[in-house]
Amino acid sequence: MERKTQVQAGNGQQDIIITREFDLPVALLFKAYEVPEIVAQWMGTNVIKLENKKHGGYQFETRDPQGNVVVRLNGVIHSFVPDKNITRTLEMENASFGTQLEFLDFEALTDDTSKLTIQSIFRSTAARDAQLKLPFAFGLNMAHNRLQEIVSQLK
Amino acid sequence: MELRRDVFQAIADPTRRAIIALVAMQAMTPSAIAENFDSSRQTISKHIQILTECELLKQEQNGREIYYHFNPKKMKEIAAFIDPYRDLWEDRFQKLESIMKKYKAKK
Repeated sequence: MERKTQVQAGNGQQDIIITREFDLPVALLFKAYEVPEIVAQWMGTNVIKLENKKHGGYQFETRDPQGNVVVRLNGVIHSFVPDKNITRTLEMENASFGTQLEFLDFEALTDDTSKLTIQSIFRSTAARDAQLKLPFAFGLNMAHNRLQEIVSQLK
Repeated sequence: MELRRDVFQAIADPTRRAIIALVAMQAMTPSAIAENFDSSRQTISKHIQILTECELLKQEQNGREIYYHFNPKKMKEIAAFIDPYRDLWEDRFQKLESIMKKYKAKK
C-alpha cells in the first residue's frame, strides 16, 4: 500500500510536520475538520465540544469498547479561516508532553485535489519525541484494529 | 553505573550526527574521527562514548587499533519509531478521504 502521509521530525527539532494530499476539493477536506459528526467518524473519537471560531475551544474523548476513557484531548482555537487554515493548541490530558501548538494549512491543488500540512510545535525536543513514540508504544495494535475496522466498514 | 542513554538524545547533538555521518562511510579509529573536528580529543571521545553506549556505533579491535563501525540496525530503530506514528495518521486520513467522498456523492 502506498503511503500518502509524510511525517517529518528532524533530529533535535521540536516540531512534527505532517503532509498529506487528498483526492478531495479543499472545501470538503476542510469540512472534515469543521463538522463535529465527521470529525468523530474519521478521528474515531467522541466530539464533546467543537467551537470553530477565534477563542473557541474543543474537547474530544475516546473510549474503548468497554466504555472506559482512553484519551482525552482539548485545546483552544486561535484562528479559524474556512478552507485556509486553523491554528489551535492541543493538550492530551494525562500525557507527559504538555500542550502543543498546531498550524493546519489547507491548500487547493486542483479543483478536485487538496493538500493538508500540519505543523505541531512542542515545548521541547524531548516532549516531541515522547509524542512520536506514543503510537509506537501502544498505538500499533490500535492502528491495526482501526485498519480492520475501516476495511470491514468498506465492504 | 551509567544511565542508559536515549538514542534520540544521542542524535540530537550536531557533532554526534556528524560523527555518525563520517563513520557511516567507513570504519574509523577515534583519532581519525577527532581529526575532522576542531573540538578537543576528550570532547570527541565523550561523544563517541555516548554513541557507543546507545549502540549507534560498534567497536571492533583490529590489531592494536580500535575501529568504530556504524550500526545501521539502531538507526533503523529510530526510523521505526516514526512509522507507527505515520501509519496512525495514514489510517485516519484514509478514513477521512473515504467519508468525504461519500459525503460528496450524497449531495
